[in-house]
Amino acid sequence: MPWTKLSAMVSPAAACAPRRRMRRLAHSSALVLLSALLLSGAPPEKHLSVYSVVTNYSLTLAQRDGRDYVGLLEVLEPLGKVSARTEGSHWRLHYNNVEGEFQNGKPRARIQGRDYDLGGKFFMENGRGAVPLTSLSSILPRFLGGPVSLHEDSGRLFIGSVAIHFTASLASDRLVFNFTAPVNPTIATEPGALRMTFSREPLVAPASPTLTFGSRTIPAASYREANGSAVVTVNSTIPVIASFSNGGRTIIVSPNSAAAQNASAAPSAAPGATAQGPPTPGLTSSPGQPGASATPATGPYRRYFAIVDASHGGEDHGETLSATLVEKDVTVALARSLRQELESRGLTTLVLRDSDANLSPDQRAIFANADHAAIYIALHAASNGHGVRIYTALLPFSEDDRGPFRSWTTAQHAWLPLSQSTAAAVAAEMQRRQLPVRTLIAPLRPLNNVTAAAIAVEVAPQGSDVSQLTAPDYQQLITSAVATAIAGSRDQLGSAP
Amino acid sequence: MIPRQLVITVAVLLVAALGMSIYAWHMRRSAVATTVSASDTRPLAPPVAGPTEQVVLFVAHDEDGTLRSEAARIPMPSGRQQRAEELVRSLLSIYLDKSSPHVLGPGSDVRSVYLVDPGVAVIDLNAAFADTHRSGILVEELTVTSLIHTISANTPGILKVQILVDGKERDTLAGHADLTTYYDVSAVNQLATQLQSGQ
Repeated sequence: MPWTKLSAMVSPAAACAPRRRMRRLAHSSALVLLSALLLSGAPPEKHLSVYSVVTNYSLTLAQRDGRDYVGLLEVLEPLGKVSARTEGSHWRLHYNNVEGEFQNGKPRARIQGRDYDLGGKFFMENGRGAVPLTSLSSILPRFLGGPVSLHEDSGRLFIGSVAIHFTASLASDRLVFNFTAPVNPTIATEPGALRMTFSREPLVAPASPTLTFGSRTIPAASYREANGSAVVTVNSTIPVIASFSNGGRTIIVSPNSAAAQNASAAPSAAPGATAQGPPTPGLTSSPGQPGASATPATGPYRRYFAIVDASHGGEDHGETLSATLVEKDVTVALARSLRQELESRGLTTLVLRDSDANLSPDQRAIFANADHAAIYIALHAASNGHGVRIYTALLPFSEDDRGPFRSWTTAQHAWLPLSQSTAAAVAAEMQRRQLPVRTLIAPLRPLNNVTAAAIAVEVAPQGSDVSQLTAPDYQQLITSAVATAIAGSRDQLGSAP
Repeated sequence: MIPRQLVITVAVLLVAALGMSIYAWHMRRSAVATTVSASDTRPLAPPVAGPTEQVVLFVAHDEDGTLRSEAARIPMPSGRQQRAEELVRSLLSIYLDKSSPHVLGPGSDVRSVYLVDPGVAVIDLNAAFADTHRSGILVEELTVTSLIHTISANTPGILKVQILVDGKERDTLAGHADLTTYYDVSAVNQLATQLQSGQ
């Protein structure tokens, strides 16, 4: 039946119809406005990204008692055989052969006969259990039988050794990112910045969250993590574009050619420049004739003159120097001090490990080689002996080089004379400062994998007091001697960029 | 009235239970005694039987971080491989002594030494050797050099040496000395020279 006819038939109601319609419209508008207000004021949904060897996935976090909570069943389901059953207020979870028992409203759990503090109450809803996000770092290793690393603030969980590391180096006016595994970030540009968001990739922070390049066109890049993603932002003074190569392992950020032509202040791009990825472990580019190896690293790609490597890190503590002091902490302090000393002498320096990250010897060598630094310095600390030991590589029994490729285990071979002369210079400077010093060769990785002058400095106390290793004066005495010697060998090592 | 057969059965069962208890107690004592001897950490002694021979051992000294040669007379078997094993065992017996200049962890031992032609030696050490080894570049390379240099100096023709732990490859000895590759004997000889000079 047409509306007009109905309206005509019900004449008393028709008289009030316009007023009712107006009221209904006003109510609807108010409801829409209120919803919009509520939605705009609501906090964004929080996520947990889980990275494992098996799969990568994302889960939504819930808020309880002002904390972030996550469903434990949902975390474990993609990783293996898992089942749960409810018995009254108890919740029993089976993951492969591991059993855990939780109780609704209680902050403790029992896994394989051991009690764990969850750091907050356990909640049970519809047969599914939720635990505080913070508790994953303690309870998951028990279920999974391996280490996990939780970045709680950013909602990122790394199960096992899955992390992807990266380096960034400026080649001419192009910024080259090299990753240890293929990546496929979401890329967005805005005036003055290019943003790469890694949601699916277990990308981890570089040694320093802010990387500066001293370039007018691309002065800096920064790394941050938020809500289950890692974001690398490249700051630029001109429009830039990103391109992929090397099977997704390399991203090159370069000036947008049309815009670059208009930017007269910006330096022109070097047409011959090409991105160069890190060598594959096992094979690395031949450094060429040994006679030409005195300055093998000179070229347009060198960003840092020196790479300083704080040895050990993460679960690798190095030597336990005392009840409260481990080697990995001393090496970081020494590395920071050495960077300061080198940079004060005008030598650009990158500290390879500036946090408690765990890098393998291969990764350290790959990063050092990709940066084409003039010298690589590994720092160690020891409780035995006195003074300082300077090491160069003891090369293993050589494997056959294949064509233009050199064996990874003896990649240092062509640089060994340069490494030894640098070690001798450092030792001479130590002696000049009356520090007890020895120069030795050592079967110490990654010295044999580095394609640059490479030395390791092992610092021991002068006497029997190990606490001297943490004394700023002692650290500076040593790092200043190392920096002075390296600055003195600058011409031999190759001029800085 | 309890039937006579039941009394006899119960009595037999009680005697059997008592006998088994005594046997179990005896077995437990034996097991404890075996465990004690397995974890005995006293220095290993070379075999006393057989003809002795003069060898040169390169002994690490932590005090000044040096390697010193020491002549020793030890009973040596005739087989080339067994001789190499005996050399390593003699070194370890020095290092396991509490007054040793380079103390190794309790229970450190060599499982086997394999000599494979041409010129390859594989030293297989037990897990206690590596697990209890002190960490540090110098202290680890003193151990490695002492072992390799002693074997190569007393066993002509060895060009490269690999060190295994419990029959398996291991990344490092105790966080520093690389165990993933074959050691070049000529390079280790060079290191031994540096360590002997003490400079």
